[in-house]
Amino acid sequence: MDTMRDRFIDITTRLLDDDPRLALVLADISAASFAPAKERHPDRVINVGIREQLLIGAAGGLALTGLRPIAHTFASFLVERPFEQVKLDLVHQGVGAVLVSAAGSYDWPAGGRTHMSPGDVALLDTLPGWTVHVPGHPDEAEQLLRHAYADGDRNVYVRLSAHQNAAPVPVEPGRFTTVRKGSRGVVLAVGPMLDVVLAATEGLDVTVLYAATVRPFDAAGLRAAVQDTRADVVLVEPYLVGTSANEAHAALADRPHRVLALGVPREEHRHYGSVPEHLAAYGLDAASLRERIAAFMW
Amino acid sequence: MSMADVQFEDLPGLMGLMTGAEKHGPAATSTLDAIWVLYDRVLRATPETVEAQDRDRFLLSKGHGPMAYYAVLAAKGFLDPQVLPSFGAYDSPLGHHPDRTLVPGVEIASGSLGHGLPLGVGTALGLRAQGLTDPAVWVLIGDAEFDEGSNHEAVAFAGAYGLDRLHVLVIDNSSATHGWQGGIAARFAAEGWSTATVDGRDHEALYRAFTAEHPGRPHAVVARVEPKNA
Repeated sequence: MDTMRDRFIDITTRLLDDDPRLALVLADISAASFAPAKERHPDRVINVGIREQLLIGAAGGLALTGLRPIAHTFASFLVERPFEQVKLDLVHQGVGAVLVSAAGSYDWPAGGRTHMSPGDVALLDTLPGWTVHVPGHPDEAEQLLRHAYADGDRNVYVRLSAHQNAAPVPVEPGRFTTVRKGSRGVVLAVGPMLDVVLAATEGLDVTVLYAATVRPFDAAGLRAAVQDTRADVVLVEPYLVGTSANEAHAALADRPHRVLALGVPREEHRHYGSVPEHLAAYGLDAASLRERIAAFMW
Repeated sequence: MSMADVQFEDLPGLMGLMTGAEKHGPAATSTLDAIWVLYDRVLRATPETVEAQDRDRFLLSKGHGPMAYYAVLAAKGFLDPQVLPSFGAYDSPLGHHPDRTLVPGVEIASGSLGHGLPLGVGTALGLRAQGLTDPAVWVLIGDAEFDEGSNHEAVAFAGAYGLDRLHVLVIDNSSATHGWQGGIAARFAAEGWSTATVDGRDHEALYRAFTAEHPGRPHAVVARVEPKNA
């Protein structure tokens, strides 16, 4: 199976041929893979070198001229390093871009903390108007990228990860998908966490919702799900723990409810190793999740 | 005052209508001559063409002290001079840093230093990608703003890329804390830019520098004015 990043490169290369409004800005990451696209569209595939402030600033300038810019690099360098550029050169200018990341929170544990960005979605939550897609499979990534490119001039973040589910889920941008129904509560699995959530809740009487779009948060979808269950909600997110807790509380503000937020802890884990080792260390493997979910709901 | 025939000598009167940002006063007057010459004789930008895709763009990156900018915009008919006294008030379109969504003809919202030049790079790239090779993109920065690292990302890239429709106007009033030894133009020249350093109060010198040919290279004009703390 290909990765989400492979799919991003394939589909963006093809869409650059079809849509003269699209422009891709790179900061060396994935630049070699986009060489064929650059050859065909030298003025719309731009590699600024290892310059992430310029990556976002240039995307803002491209948008000011009416193009639909796509900016891509690892999440730590796309959102965290040039965060003021994201805030001012896109949002404050009143223009939009599609930011497509790779590497996420724990994709390359051997690379260490510098290449981990569990706080990216929480940071974007400090800004108005962002759509955030967190696909769990390359097919979903393709669908959501196509949607993002065509989504007017909105600011859209597409968070790609090497961590993915075995099979795609039918998703509708902005809507949660019901994967399993139960009565004791709702577990919301975000993107790549679905497989492990399904394994962890096997045989438990809970509803499992799936989110490949987390902003805007599908409050109506969550409210509908808790009509048939206790208003106990567990969030399982592949980034900073609690990132969507406020959204869940807001969605259920008019009724008694409980929320348990699970995700990547704030503390640094000064270990290298593999993705499964890190998920286990964070309590996001199936056995840990089952224990934490069951303790909360029963 | 009728705006039909406003001259440079009338600008202090327009600036006098704005009060409340005196601490930015030197920053405002340092840019006055250069912005005037650009708008009066160089830029192809008028109130009628603020939405035209082939207009020249002027990006005021150094958003501090925008009184000279607002005065020139008023003089050139982008702004009603009657709004100038509202400068900085709650309902005014004129902030102590400009907002592009509030003032016709203002290309970027600025204030935080070091954002205009990268935005200018993207603007020049975007025009080129749409086959618009004629419009010029001008970015005004200050010598202290040049301290920001984001500018150096943009200077190196634009020089290497040969982004020849990009122009930078540096107002040098010696306000950078550690200065720029050897002068700012040397930094641009080292990255392959065409450069000129002129007296920022000499309108003919500014005009010649603004209109110098620079085939295949971006162009930087350093306009030196009296030191901020002189």
